[in-house]
Amino acid sequence: MSDKKNWPLWEIFVRSKNGLEHRHCGSLHATDAEMALENARDVYTRRNEGVSIWVVESKNITASNPEHNGELFEPAQDKVYRHPTFYDLPDEVKHM
Amino acid sequence: MSEEHIKNLEEQFEARIARDEKIEPKDWMPEKYRKTHIRQMSQHAHSEIVGMLPEGNWITRAPSLRRKVALLAKVQDEAGHGLYLYSATETLGISRDEMYEQLHTGKAKYSSIFNYPTITWADMGAIGWLVDGAAIINQVPLCNTSYGPYARAMIRVCKEESFHQRQGYEIMIKLANGTPEQKEMAQDALNRWWWPSLMMLGPTDDVSVHTEQSMKWKLKRKSNDDLRQQFIDQTVPQADLIGLTIPDPDLKWNEERGSYDFGEIDWDEFWQVVKGHGPMNKERMKARVGAWERGEWVRDAAMAYAEKNKNRKDKQAV
Amino acid sequence: MKNENLYKYILGIADNSLILGQRLGELTGHGPTLETDIACTNISLDLFGQVRSYYQYAAKIAGDDRTEDDIAMLRKEREYLNVLLVEQPNTDFAYTIGRQFLFDVYHLAFLKELQKSTDLNLAAIANKSVKEVSYHERFSSDWVKRLGDGTEESNSKMQEAINDLWTYTDELFHQTEADKAMVKAGIGVDVTKLKDGYYKQVNELLEEAALKIPESKYFQKGGKEGIHTEHLGYLLSDLQYMQRTYPNMEW
Repeated sequence: MSDKKNWPLWEIFVRSKNGLEHRHCGSLHATDAEMALENARDVYTRRNEGVSIWVVESKNITASNPEHNGELFEPAQDKVYRHPTFYDLPDEVKHM
Repeated sequence: MSEEHIKNLEEQFEARIARDEKIEPKDWMPEKYRKTHIRQMSQHAHSEIVGMLPEGNWITRAPSLRRKVALLAKVQDEAGHGLYLYSATETLGISRDEMYEQLHTGKAKYSSIFNYPTITWADMGAIGWLVDGAAIINQVPLCNTSYGPYARAMIRVCKEESFHQRQGYEIMIKLANGTPEQKEMAQDALNRWWWPSLMMLGPTDDVSVHTEQSMKWKLKRKSNDDLRQQFIDQTVPQADLIGLTIPDPDLKWNEERGSYDFGEIDWDEFWQVVKGHGPMNKERMKARVGAWERGEWVRDAAMAYAEKNKNRKDKQAV
Repeated sequence: MKNENLYKYILGIADNSLILGQRLGELTGHGPTLETDIACTNISLDLFGQVRSYYQYAAKIAGDDRTEDDIAMLRKEREYLNVLLVEQPNTDFAYTIGRQFLFDVYHLAFLKELQKSTDLNLAAIANKSVKEVSYHERFSSDWVKRLGDGTEESNSKMQEAINDLWTYTDELFHQTEADKAMVKAGIGVDVTKLKDGYYKQVNELLEEAALKIPESKYFQKGGKEGIHTEHLGYLLSDLQYMQRTYPNMEW
């Protein structure tokens, strides 16, 4: 079995309807992109879940390292001035 | 990593789970957490795949076209659920092929209920009603389990399975309301599947290993005995409703507990089947290994074709 | 029956889907990968969906109390009008794919014509089915290429399957009396006109798949007249088992 090439793993993203983003819904095995699309259609849209599919071979995804989460994401936590609630408005201003 | 450092990480890890945070694939996790999850998740996936066989057995003989498409769709869902679960397990660093290898060599277990034969059409009803019923009780809490990919796979599984139990119960209703012969077929199926369904919820709490750890990691929310009681309490009225009799002379409503008391489960039978000596263990494995081996040249061909095709495309691009 | 020809015509179309759907159903749980298993079951489900629409319509035309299940499961062997091709067994995955491909190419071309039928019920079923079968045809064509142009072993298996199944292709373009009457009435599809396009498409794909086009000029026919290969009887004993063993019951 060791000299055999197994079908690679693909990540599947499905757009449930136009206007919405593609969302990751799972993964599957396929030999190439075409087959990955076909398999995704059969596996992940059996119940009308999609109008568009993206497939990406899992090995092509670069993920951030959770060990760096502190330096990557925590600095954004105290930048409250990026959110509208940071700013005081007189009560009379209803919509802004 | 020093021992102290690891201990520190472990404490943080347990604290995260206690706070109901999810663990994701690239997060640090104790080796035991990874191994336990590989074991439980792959076992769950194997159960889906082996579980296709007893029901697949009746696809060609379903009594009506309506029943046939429902059964096909149900067995197909099981393939899908196996696939979701294998994929989720792969995030822990084991390949689907390795998991198959473990199944085929008997190293990995699957739910022992699928080692019973499906000998009449009513068994399709009994499996959907009882086996899926028991499975749902086990599975719903897993939608909140601590490992993100497992929880997400289970949410999908539970959503899709909502028709499975109904499909089975509807078959039983039809039979129970049908001719005497049909009703007898339904009762016979209930007689054969009742006890194995109770066993499916696992050994009694006093002999069950792993429970405490599993509770902490949210792989389990209730004990086997509690799950079993829940299953019995919800199923007995459903049997009453369609005029079928639960094959347990000791079954009796206990006013004080607000639950049914029930008879002794034959745990010797359970362990016999778990150890590989149930009525269908050998056939089930033969079918799985056979499909895998017969498919080898197909998988190899598709891989070889993809590589050739890629080379052709690369050449064209030059 | 007043519309005997139309009734028979519908069964001729529907029986193909019934028998092929049944063959694919045998494979559920035994596919070479989970992904392909799921895909083949999807095709089977599409076909059974079509079958139900056709039989429900046929039952209406018959005008008595027969149901879709009576039509599907209570005829005698000689009364099934499917082509011989679709009843051939799942000898291995190459036969399954070869059978599917050789039928899909015909099926799609046929449905495209049936969409123009003056019988609006048939046209509507064709409209719905044509999308499903377009996908089947793509799926099976892709797999013929993968197996034909894959490894040496897969090439020889695929070639053997095509060679064996080839003899059943010509029957697709035969016309029964009911067919002729329906063509004349503007309801049916003149399958003789589909033949050239069929072989052109099939041959091109076989070449692309590194397969040889079989040279045999000897063909089998009979299915459309209810004269089948020995395989069908066994398929029917499974299909009909419940209805025969427990007659007149509801399930």
